[in-house]
Amino acid sequence: MSSAIELQGLAKRFGAVQALHDVNLTVHHGEFFGLLGPNGAGKTTVISILAGLCRADRGVARVMGHDVVSDYREARRMLGVVPQELVFDPFFTVREALRIQSGYYGLRRNDDWIEEILHNLGLEGKAGANMRSLSGGMKRRVLVAQALVHKPPVIVLDEPTAGVDVELRQSLWVFIRRLNEAGHTIVLTTHYLEEAESLCGRIAMLRAGQVVALDTTANLIRRFHDHVYLRVRLARGDVPESLRDRLTVSQGGVHTLRMEHVREVESLLARLREGGAVIAEMSIEQPDLEEVFIETMRAGAAPAAARSGAAEVSGTA
Amino acid sequence: MTARDAGPALVVPPTLVPMGGRAGFRTLFQKELLRFWRVSFQTVFAPMVSALLYLLVFAHVLESRVQVYSGVSYTAFLVPGLVMMSVLQNAFANSSSSLIQSKMTGNIIFILLPPLSYAEIFWAYVLASVVRGVAVGCGVLLVTMPFVHLSLAAPLWAALFLVLGAALMGALGVLAGIWADKVDQLAAFQNFVILPFTFLSGVFYSMQSLPGFWQSVSRINPFFYMIDGFRCGFFGVSDASPWLSAAIVAAAFVVLAGLALTLLRRGYKLRT
Repeated sequence: MSSAIELQGLAKRFGAVQALHDVNLTVHHGEFFGLLGPNGAGKTTVISILAGLCRADRGVARVMGHDVVSDYREARRMLGVVPQELVFDPFFTVREALRIQSGYYGLRRNDDWIEEILHNLGLEGKAGANMRSLSGGMKRRVLVAQALVHKPPVIVLDEPTAGVDVELRQSLWVFIRRLNEAGHTIVLTTHYLEEAESLCGRIAMLRAGQVVALDTTANLIRRFHDHVYLRVRLARGDVPESLRDRLTVSQGGVHTLRMEHVREVESLLARLREGGAVIAEMSIEQPDLEEVFIETMRAGAAPAAARSGAAEVSGTA
Repeated sequence: MTARDAGPALVVPPTLVPMGGRAGFRTLFQKELLRFWRVSFQTVFAPMVSALLYLLVFAHVLESRVQVYSGVSYTAFLVPGLVMMSVLQNAFANSSSSLIQSKMTGNIIFILLPPLSYAEIFWAYVLASVVRGVAVGCGVLLVTMPFVHLSLAAPLWAALFLVLGAALMGALGVLAGIWADKVDQLAAFQNFVILPFTFLSGVFYSMQSLPGFWQSVSRINPFFYMIDGFRCGFFGVSDASPWLSAAIVAAAFVVLAGLALTLLRRGYKLRT
């Protein structure tokens, strides 16, 4: 059977900006797939092309084997998208909005499923409320509900938890995990890397419109396992020039230095002190997805297309 | 076999029964009807009041001074023109304002993501415009009835021009709604295109009363044919042949519909 999502040689330019360069990616049936990258990396452009909101200059995009241009009706029927923007129709109540969205997908007698979505997203009490009267978090829940109303085999969530409370995040992920277990393919973009780490079986990292890493989450983290990190908060002074090449993150007076081995701790601390720095706090940490992400984005790694074959094999669910 | 191996077969439950090929269109059409009905005070009743004010003022000033067709009072002449003017303006307003609002608030995405075809989107907006136009037209006719006695000499002509005129303006509204990026631009279109064309189309006068040059100018205004043809349905007489008027209005609709469908298919200003 064909893949849930296939992107081949996808390219898109917006004026002077090359948003996507030759993106090749395959998401398998039933995967929980993460699409990560900094702002402007091309994540939303990829999603927009899949959803038919944006047209690629070159390349092919398929959803469940259906080309998003030549067979757009089937492709869209297979796809549910939670957009990043908080949009709503002020003329309708929550339940009306969901019924209307069902109708657009050609579905009737959908009230049982609508009730189930409302229940799982904690929207039962708001079903009769006008969209205008809802808080931002509630509106976000309705957007998720609207994307799920036709039970699409492939669900794309474009930063669904941006700016929402912990309660929604938890209930949303429990529900999305259940859908994934029932066979739905999930593609997630998020800036919360701990979410991606705990949810996604496989991850692609985009940078400046190119796939720069593509592997299972475990493999990506393992790739950096030969490193450990020394995190220090300095009471005085700064990281000396001789240690700058080891610096991965420097934020709010807390600096993260990469070590090949934990044995290097003593020598690093000594060099910091020799450089005039006074250490207030320190910790030694194993890499997580955040470290992998930062390293990948800093490293300017070669596009992953060449090694995606190996990644595909290791990433097959 | 695990749930994952089963693939997508599991994910469409038996409760989800496809309604058939036109369900998406029907839903969008009903949603558009509901949208204007929710604000019917503004979209239906306010235009009725405006038309009534026009009638009271113009009829009061001109009733005893102007006779356009023999045996037809000025007030009787004016009413079909006012009805049609309201139909045209409201049909245009329906599709154009719905589209611009959806574009500006971003909720246009709700119709761009589903598997609605370009033609379904176009016809849903146009037919909802026809319904609003006809509803306002009937309302205007109703509120003006106490002031004039009217009978339908050729009801089929009246019905044809009512529906065709509203459809044409609904299609023009779709075009304007797609083209405009801001409410300002739409207001400019309404004030500098729609309003002059409707006022200079013979709502308040017969073309025969104009000097030769202005008669020629009126003949290139498609609004004139819509209003003249509709009026023919009431009095059985008109400035232009109703057949010619019907052909011109139908041709204008085909051109506008073709243009709107092309823009929708290309995703102009809707899909980047």
